[in-house]
Amino acid sequence: MTTHFIVHDKKDTVGVVVVEDVKPGMELTGWIMETDETIKLEAKDAVPLGHKVALKDIAAGDTLIKYGDDIGKAVAAIGKGRHAHVHNVKTKRW
Amino acid sequence: MALRNGNLKFQGYRRENGRVGIRNHVIILPLDDLSNAAAEAVANNIKGTLALPHAYGRLQFGEDLELHFRTLIGTGSSPNVAACVVIGIEPGWTGRVVDGIKKTGKPVAGFAIEGNGDLMTIAHASRQAKEFLHWASEKQRETCGIAELFVSTKCGESDTTSGLASCPTVGNLIDKLDPLGVTTCFGETSEITGAEKVCASRAASKEVAEKFMKTFMAYQEMIERHKTSDLSESQPTKGNIAGGLTTIEEKAFGNLQKIGKKTKFIDVLKPAEAPAKGPGLYFMDTSSAAAECVTLQAAAGFVVHLFPTGQGNVIGNPIEPVIKLTANPKTAREMSEHIDLDVSGILKREMTLDEAGDRLIDIMLRTCNGRLTAAEALGHREFVMTKLYPSA
Repeated sequence: MTTHFIVHDKKDTVGVVVVEDVKPGMELTGWIMETDETIKLEAKDAVPLGHKVALKDIAAGDTLIKYGDDIGKAVAAIGKGRHAHVHNVKTKRW
Repeated sequence: MALRNGNLKFQGYRRENGRVGIRNHVIILPLDDLSNAAAEAVANNIKGTLALPHAYGRLQFGEDLELHFRTLIGTGSSPNVAACVVIGIEPGWTGRVVDGIKKTGKPVAGFAIEGNGDLMTIAHASRQAKEFLHWASEKQRETCGIAELFVSTKCGESDTTSGLASCPTVGNLIDKLDPLGVTTCFGETSEITGAEKVCASRAASKEVAEKFMKTFMAYQEMIERHKTSDLSESQPTKGNIAGGLTTIEEKAFGNLQKIGKKTKFIDVLKPAEAPAKGPGLYFMDTSSAAAECVTLQAAAGFVVHLFPTGQGNVIGNPIEPVIKLTANPKTAREMSEHIDLDVSGILKREMTLDEAGDRLIDIMLRTCNGRLTAAEALGHREFVMTKLYPSA
């Protein structure tokens, strides 16, 4: 079974796409490394290899969690299954 | 795999001061930018020697000048260097570098250009370099224990696959080798931004944690003083962003995977400062720019470098072999000539982290035994001095 995305930590709100062909509408299989769990998610965007997909609905201003920790804030709403990157996420530093 | 066989030995060159190198270079080291032409001419005359041209060395002062000398003396003193010819514009500072390298007991000689001109200097230095080369070329490798190895790490053009797999592979190696008495080093002060508290929690004592935070805050203040934006496209780089990394915090947590899950760092080093507290993991205050960081680690006496890359940073170093690993299947496919170890199988769940760590130990020991890295084969010799502020 292909693993389409990987999640570091159970608490994370984003996962990383690890295949090259994720398209909107695709049913994705994900692997949570911390707990060795398998989860499912429907992609709502084309998400390139290495890019992040939202695992839940994230509101503007919310903190993004990856590695179980704070990696920045959403500057626009990010729906579950959508692409999370520089167009909707910014650093809290610098 | 080497670890499973318990055969953690390698064939290295034992130097006069007892340290062990994995390469046997005779280097032609310019003191300053003005002496690059003569140094390169000598290396062209005497095949098998290696010139290390660089951009600095004039009118530097204070801590910046100290770092310049520390980097040059450290480079000449590296166990990967058998012998060294130093060429400078004038004899005073040239002699200071020669005297610093001489403390290792290895053959070193200095030549100054003023009063001689390039051509006479090149003639004299070439004759000396030829003698050094004959001498070095008869050096034999001998069996050395893993605890005699000094290993540095730094990642580059990282992407999310670096944090998922290639950096954790290095971390797995460090967690396995730390109990065996190997000396290791990580750095990249700016690239711990967002994960600094997690990093400080990995210090071996409260004092080391405080030293780390002080070093970290000093770098933050420098960035705050000079920045004109949130540094997006610089840190993270455009390559990082193309690879899916969005913020410095995300990049920092991925970066920190390189120190494994349990190893603690025992001291904080200044740039190019040699470790002095015995075996263990050290943090070095460095830029996160690949060539600057590796040049400083090589000058501190680290002899082999582990370099995880995501999007495909192609860096090498003239004296410290740089082993590249990637977990990005696209990079492994499209830039295969740059990659020494492909661990993309971790993402496909075809390879475990433990297996990847063993494979990295294996390729590292083979590199120590003489296998040339991809970067060596491709001629990557990025020698980049760190400069702290403008010259006087």
